[in-house]
Amino acid sequence: MEKLIEKYYRPRLPHIWCPGCGNGIVTSSIIKAIDKLGLDQDKTVIVSGIGCSSRASGYLNFDTVHSLHGRALPVATGIKLADPELNVIVITGDGDGTAIGGNHFIHTARRNINLTVILFNNNIYGMTGGQYSPLTPTDSKATTAPYGTLERAFDIAELAKAAGATYVARGTAFHANMLVDVIAKGISHDGFSLIEAVTQCPIYFGRQNKKGDASAMLKTQRDNAVTVEAAKKLSPEQLEGKFKIGVLHQSEAPEYTKQYQAIIDRAQKGAK
Amino acid sequence: MAIKTIGKHCKGCGVCVTFCPKQVLGLDALGKITVVDETKCITCKQCEMRCPDYAIFVEKK
Ligand SMILES: Cc1ncc(C[n+]2csc(CCOP(=O)(O)OP(=O)(O)O)c2C)c(N)n1
Ligand code: SF4
Ligand code: SF4
Ligand code: SF4
Ligand SMILES: [Mg+2]
Repeated sequence: MEKLIEKYYRPRLPHIWCPGCGNGIVTSSIIKAIDKLGLDQDKTVIVSGIGCSSRASGYLNFDTVHSLHGRALPVATGIKLADPELNVIVITGDGDGTAIGGNHFIHTARRNINLTVILFNNNIYGMTGGQYSPLTPTDSKATTAPYGTLERAFDIAELAKAAGATYVARGTAFHANMLVDVIAKGISHDGFSLIEAVTQCPIYFGRQNKKGDASAMLKTQRDNAVTVEAAKKLSPEQLEGKFKIGVLHQSEAPEYTKQYQAIIDRAQKGAK
Repeated sequence: MAIKTIGKHCKGCGVCVTFCPKQVLGLDALGKITVVDETKCITCKQCEMRCPDYAIFVEKK
């Protein structure tokens, strides 16, 4: 990892994240995936929204855009359409990607444009002090829900699949090496890829919900995650309260920038 | 084998201490990472993999 930090991080560490925050772990998994695939650093763009997680782009030595809250996907779409040769990786949070940015999320998935989205799911708005998000589990405490949340959370992986994403995976900060693998597969996939990275915010989600310190929250990830392969052998009762990790969905569909190029080619030939 | 720690980057979260399978690591009086017994290290690199602050690196020699 030390060599990867020299190569892929800007010389501005330590980062601002709180002690035990999972963002540093998930970010290192992204970097390991990029290194594993040998992506050209000058042909790889990282786009993020706003949030603690979205701050990651500022530490990484690529062309990066730390955009607006909820708007990472439209910015990334523009970059990818302007130069489809670029590898465009999006870093977003559960608030950034599924609340204010939720509409962009479903429509970008529907287009099946070749972007790789890593959604840091810490179940909370960390940066602004612990408000609940669409991925906060029912009956959780948040500064905006002192008596507990009423809403059911989205299963963002199911939502992505239903909206048309052609690669959907989930990993955790605890299983950081496996996360590298599912991110690398997502980058290699030609289409819209969503990787949900389950991560811990010990400060705002953890404290309000008595989840313990970072180690305790990592143990919860360890104990509740079931690999897709292992889940096949378990009954619905045994899977109660657990979540699946690994590649959850992969399919083929026309990729948007290629379809777009085909239209340009047709128009330039003067054909209708 | 060598364990390298960067005290300046360590925020004392204790994650590496918790998940080290061989009790090699600890926190010092200031709450910073310290190597208690390097001879027990099996270079599994779990500490390095989960350190959120890039404050510990393990070299296999
Ligand atoms: C248009 C706009 N609305 C609201 C905010 C305030 N804001 C900043 S980050 C954030 C939520 C971030 O939550 P999430 O995406 O889950 O990131 P985390 O901090 O948890 O990593 C909000 C509401 C903003 N910056 N811009
Ligand atoms: S508030 Fe939560 S998500 Fe933000 S840096 Fe702190 S621990 Fe991480
Ligand atoms: S490499 Fe493994 S055994 Fe050695 S200190 Fe790290 S976690 Fe412990
Ligand atoms: S995991 Fe990293 S930051 Fe946390 S105590 Fe260990 S060395 Fe320090
Ligand atoms: Mg969040």
